[in-house]
Amino acid sequence: MAALPALTVSVWRGTESGHFQTFEVPRLENQTVLDVVTYIQRRLDPTLAYRFACRVGMCGSCAMTVNGRARWTCRTHVDKVAAAGRLEIAPLNHLPVVRDLVTDMTPFFDKWAKAHGNFKGAQTRKDDFARVPPAAEERRLADVAIECIGCGVCYSSCDVVAWNPDYLGPAALNRAWTLINDVRDTGNRTRLAAVAGDAGCHACHTHMSCTERCPMHLSPTASIAGLKRAAMVAALKGEL
Amino acid sequence: MNTRAQVLLWGAQRASAVVLAVCVAVHLVTIIYAVRNGLGAAEILGRTRGSLAWAGFYALFVAAVAVHAPIGLRDVLSETFNWRGTGLEITVLVIAIALALLGFRAVYAVFA
Repeated sequence: MAALPALTVSVWRGTESGHFQTFEVPRLENQTVLDVVTYIQRRLDPTLAYRFACRVGMCGSCAMTVNGRARWTCRTHVDKVAAAGRLEIAPLNHLPVVRDLVTDMTPFFDKWAKAHGNFKGAQTRKDDFARVPPAAEERRLADVAIECIGCGVCYSSCDVVAWNPDYLGPAALNRAWTLINDVRDTGNRTRLAAVAGDAGCHACHTHMSCTERCPMHLSPTASIAGLKRAAMVAALKGEL
Repeated sequence: MNTRAQVLLWGAQRASAVVLAVCVAVHLVTIIYAVRNGLGAAEILGRTRGSLAWAGFYALFVAAVAVHAPIGLRDVLSETFNWRGTGLEITVLVIAIALALLGFRAVYAVFA
């Protein structure tokens, strides 16, 4: 078989300020964008900084901006995104850049904490297991949103995050929605207050970029809509 | 502004949007009817003057605009200019009052 033409790959170098550096990378069958970045780091420029771990779409650590769109690089095949054999690879948007393709995820996870994204139960290890029927409405709603692995693709794709730095973002709000629907959780009143209002779910414009780009095919937009309704009811009852 | 007030503003904007959807549709049909039937200003005023139904409808329309537009503008100003706080709240409140006054004045003009 004839060799495929080489890829022309522009890679972000630097921190918040920097430039794109161009590399020529051999094109292979079944090549992922993460393979391309790894080739550059191992063969062409060992100073390139990037982050990955599992390589199979489980850890969420390899998310980058590929040709202008946030993606998991390990699950993105080059033949799906490299129109005309060109790739532009940059760090995730809306997060501080540590170096090259590595972002500082601290603001992202700080917002999970601000959204009360931790489970708060009332039972101890001495209590029996809580029994939540799989068919229960709350369980069904939590199930739909629970598989988020915190990769930051939705956060990086959200325009409102860019316009409103205080906005908690789709992932943190989606996490809060799963806990709002967890019948074992006892922290929902304060959680709802934490995720409502101008910096919370009511800032969402329903652009649905998060839903379109979530690699887990979740719908943070639907979770946010649920939070909006729940907060509205709480506000009318004077519970917010 | 506290969180509850922010949420209630959001609810007010959605509720006023529902009212506006109906009002805009009725208003457009009214305009099309007036144009297609060649109604002049005097003929239109002849129908609206003393009509509590038209006055009530357009008063509701104005009220919905005065609620809906400033809340949306508050978001636009906040996101575009990173403007938050009391200055923003006062500005949009003034715009809401101005819209209401101008709108009710226009309604009164075609009713009285």
